Amino acid sequence: MTSSNLNRFLIFVSLLFSLFIIHPAHANEVVVYSARIEQLIKPMFDAFTQETGIKVKYTTDNEGALLARLEAEGKNTPADVLITSDVGNLWAAAQKGLLKPVKSEVLVGNIPTHLRDPENEWFGLSIRARTLVYNTKKVKPEELSTYENLADPKWNKRLCLRTSKKVYNQSLVAMMIAEHGEAETEKIVKGWVANLATDPLSDDTRALEFVAAGKCDVTLVNTYYFGRLMKQDPKLPLAIFWPNQDNSGVHVNISGAGVTRYARNEQAAIKLLEFLSSAKAQNLFADVNMEYPVNPQIAADPFVATWGDFKQNPMNLAKAGELQTTAVKLMDRAGYR
Amino acid sequence: MTKILLQLNNVRQAYGKQAVISDLTLSLQKGQIGCLLGPSGCGKTTVLRCIAGFESVLAGEIYLNGVCVSSTKVFVPPEQRRIGMVFQDYALFPHLDVAANIGFGLHRLAKRERERRVDELLHVVHLTEASRKYPHELSGGQQQRVALARALAPKPELLLLDEPFSNLDISLRERLSIEVREIIKNQCTTAILVTHDQAEAFAIADEIGVMHRGEIQQLDTAFNLYHRPVNRFVADFIGQGVFLPGKVIDARQVEIELGVLQGETLHKHASGSIVDVLLRPDDIVHDNTSALQATIVSKAFRGAEILYTLRLAGGDRVLALVPSHHNHAVGEKIGIKLEVDHIVAFQQLEL
Amino acid sequence: MIIWRWVPFVAAALVLVPVGVIFSSVLMPAGEIWRHLVETTLISLLLNTFWLVLGVIVGTALLGISLAWFTAVYEFPGRRFFSWALLLPMAIPAYVTAFVALGLFDFTGPIQTTLRAWLDSDLSWFPDIRGRMGVIIVMTLAFYPYVYLLARNAFLSQGKRSLEVAQSLGFSRKQGFFKVVLPMARPWIAGGIMLVSMETLADFGTVAVFNYNTFTTAIYKAWFSMFSLQAASQLASLLIVMVFIVIVLEQQFRSRMRYAETKSSAKAQRIQLAGWHNWMVTGFVVSVLFFAFFLPVAQLGYWSVQSFAQNYDVGRYLEFLWHSLTLSGLSALLICLVVIAMVYALRRYPDSATRYAVRAATIGYALPGTVLAIGVYVPLVWLDGQLSELALHWLQIETGQLIQGTLAIMLIAYLIRFMAVSHYPIDSAMQRITHSIDEAAMSLGIHGWAMIRTVHIPILKPGIFTAATLVFVDVMKEMPITLMTRPFGWDTLAVRIYELTSEGQWEQAALPAVTLILAGLIPIYLFMRQTEI
Repeated sequence: MTSSNLNRFLIFVSLLFSLFIIHPAHANEVVVYSARIEQLIKPMFDAFTQETGIKVKYTTDNEGALLARLEAEGKNTPADVLITSDVGNLWAAAQKGLLKPVKSEVLVGNIPTHLRDPENEWFGLSIRARTLVYNTKKVKPEELSTYENLADPKWNKRLCLRTSKKVYNQSLVAMMIAEHGEAETEKIVKGWVANLATDPLSDDTRALEFVAAGKCDVTLVNTYYFGRLMKQDPKLPLAIFWPNQDNSGVHVNISGAGVTRYARNEQAAIKLLEFLSSAKAQNLFADVNMEYPVNPQIAADPFVATWGDFKQNPMNLAKAGELQTTAVKLMDRAGYR
Repeated sequence: MTKILLQLNNVRQAYGKQAVISDLTLSLQKGQIGCLLGPSGCGKTTVLRCIAGFESVLAGEIYLNGVCVSSTKVFVPPEQRRIGMVFQDYALFPHLDVAANIGFGLHRLAKRERERRVDELLHVVHLTEASRKYPHELSGGQQQRVALARALAPKPELLLLDEPFSNLDISLRERLSIEVREIIKNQCTTAILVTHDQAEAFAIADEIGVMHRGEIQQLDTAFNLYHRPVNRFVADFIGQGVFLPGKVIDARQVEIELGVLQGETLHKHASGSIVDVLLRPDDIVHDNTSALQATIVSKAFRGAEILYTLRLAGGDRVLALVPSHHNHAVGEKIGIKLEVDHIVAFQQLEL
Repeated sequence: MIIWRWVPFVAAALVLVPVGVIFSSVLMPAGEIWRHLVETTLISLLLNTFWLVLGVIVGTALLGISLAWFTAVYEFPGRRFFSWALLLPMAIPAYVTAFVALGLFDFTGPIQTTLRAWLDSDLSWFPDIRGRMGVIIVMTLAFYPYVYLLARNAFLSQGKRSLEVAQSLGFSRKQGFFKVVLPMARPWIAGGIMLVSMETLADFGTVAVFNYNTFTTAIYKAWFSMFSLQAASQLASLLIVMVFIVIVLEQQFRSRMRYAETKSSAKAQRIQLAGWHNWMVTGFVVSVLFFAFFLPVAQLGYWSVQSFAQNYDVGRYLEFLWHSLTLSGLSALLICLVVIAMVYALRRYPDSATRYAVRAATIGYALPGTVLAIGVYVPLVWLDGQLSELALHWLQIETGQLIQGTLAIMLIAYLIRFMAVSHYPIDSAMQRITHSIDEAAMSLGIHGWAMIRTVHIPILKPGIFTAATLVFVDVMKEMPITLMTRPFGWDTLAVRIYELTSEGQWEQAALPAVTLILAGLIPIYLFMRQTEI
């Protein structure tokens, strides 16, 4: 190696190493592990920083990986806040001792009881309602009534479902187990499987498209998927039906957050949570993804409001986490793929 | 009884626009070993590949046993030609042992017969001990013999050898080439060898075609190529020698610096014309009594003989092959005389 | 020089630590989930996995070998272009191909919709694309380049010559291909197939799009849905054992045979295909390329244009792109260097301990990404904790994390995962350096580094380029490790694709996907220029 080559090599190596320098933790900064993707959370963070001057550093990943990561990092974790897009994983995080209880009048005031942890370790931030969507050319709304009713033989070859591997369906079934017990629920899920018009689909959008194309007549989806699709093509023959209005109410899931057990910047973390439940952030939740705000004082997005009001299932969502494993096993037994 | 096994008529082949073989005609009798000799790039390997059927011809015909196997209209695929080939790099199958390599082409024989034939060939090439070894465990010479045995195993009508010794030590080459000749003759096979090494060609072949620029310059025995070259290229390419200017006196006499040569002239030249006369090292004999003196420029010891390069009084150089007990130092003057029984002379090159 | 000796062992240790972390789960009880699996889905999962892997192996072998053969030995219209274009599908993540294929061919897709309208029928005869055949076809189209690339290497260097030998011994071209050319190309083809089967086993994205349940789905289900990392790790351990068995079998299979060629022959003339054969081959190649590359890219391009207005943040995209390129480039460099050192060590010290160390170093590729990611993360974070505690205790310095949150941890994780990818091509190339080549060089007074530089590197170059290209493209597509180990703010194109697709926003994911594919074409293009494919 000639000396100029050597020099170039050394410069290259030192450049390389400069990539490995870590930026030390900032005091005026809160670190978030988020399972909500950047597009759906960054606007809220930006608003938070603008209002409080506290910077938000975040990384995104799926819930399972984030939980495992928090567990592995233990007390060395850089994370102050964990945000997920479903309740089951918040419950699991609390269960594994990864979160710590938060005392905050603001949070308790802004968030209805059934959408937050009884132990105050996690809090719902937005509502994801899982409801029925039907093909308006093939189904009259009078024919529809409840989730349970979809197991009725009259829906034979008329039902489309998303895969049981998606947590939204797992939460739904878990809440049904909480209400009806395991045996009864298994009967219902078996009825669904028997009524399937086609193998379970990989996502909600696909299920909606199948209903619109006439492969099946009715499906179970989160409302914002319906909203996105209708915004793209308002002429689709699809409509929302709010089931179980005479009894338990519509199943809702939440996107929520908790403060990590070893948070270094606990005060900032709580401030962030409080901000996220405030009117300003709640409006953003409604805007960016057509989700429903958890804060009852805040109105839904105008487009979403056209779908009408509905009664939510008032049972505390902790049940969904608690019974999730049971629900998964039940769906396996029922042959729901 | 002699029978023509292989006949090439006016064969032409080209890569792109560049002709590789132009108008090549050649025939080989059954049981003979023929050789194509020429510098690299002369097209000799292409001839072989055309005969084997790896390449088609642009013009002309190739007959094997009187049957046309290649022409512009006919093309018999290589596997149906009953031609064996030994490749320059041997191309042994590295994943098969020696016996399996040799038996590879015997797929039409029953197992027992196949084994018998393999054993026979292992014996012929002296590799019985190595039958279970893999090619990478063999020496170069052994690999070469495996390649030969593999090609011979299916008893081909014609065996083609593409520079078979070029990957071997020089010391091995001569021994092996004699051995190979014996093996081929014992198996009563007809063969064509392609090489750029004349010693190899002389050792193996019955008949040698000297190739240059896609054409056969002369097809003849080794003796005739050396002593009776038909043109300047052959004279130059085969053996050693120098050209000295000379003046034709008549059909049997040419005058050069060393005196007047007498003998049969191979090529006709008009009396009085200026020609280049070929002098081989064995045309010049050392004679202490001779009045003709030349200075030794360099010498090369060859065992039985010493090859001297000599400078004549006029400045021209000649070669002389002298029995090695006549040991002289460089710079010394020695007496020489001419011993020529036929004259090889060509028109002088235009400069 | 002696450092080489230990590289395979260090590399193996790097891989075996996370594998050990995963295996340690076997000690912990997760019996209930196992009982549940055995009672319900385990048998069907295993069968599903078996048929999938088998189908993809057969598919990629058929496609990869035939395409390699045609482009290596024959001459047909467009051959020059196709021989490198056939590598293009490598740049497309398999789940993207899967999503596009479903979008086009499923019930709601334009093809079936149009057919239904034309024929006025419910198309009940139309094959269910979401079935097993669909997954196999999509994965075959996505993974065949591995086999193609390696088989082509083999065919280019020895295919034509071995075919001639076979013909001179009375075999037809067809017989010669099956009896000589294929067996001789076995180590290369086997290497490609190993990569394909590992990739298939580890795949999660593609099977998720098809909702096809495999062993890997079960692993993720146990982990993410039943919150049992133990059960997931135990399932993963079983997977590792299966892969290791396959690796050992393959090793046994080629133990005594050597595949070094005696000499690479001068460039042989290609066989000119004539008449309808000509167009059949061209047609075949074109249709593979169409379905494996142009169709997905066209669909993505269409979506990108549609969604461009929402994703106009060019600066952000350049940042993603820069991160993707940096990571892929650095990993390709690091991984190739380690693998070269490893392969050298094996060459110098071909004992069985070294051989098994090398083998062990390549199993990281077979593990489902997230499982490996956490397996890598746990020990590194632990080490980090120990280090910072030491620093605090002895030096009274608060260091915070040293490794965690830096690129180093990502590179180590990529190294662990992708050594297999660069091992096969470099190892195959190394087989070409016979000992006589070394001896020849030494006899000319060239040894040590000079020999490596002037003799070995030129011989290894095609292999190294193949390896670097594969690693580069694979790292670029990689998600789980990138997601888990990236420093704050180090989002890449793959991260962006993950985020959007996880929310079902495929149309919006098209822009980063297209960018990723285009960036992946860079090494393929360089590769093509370097090796005069």
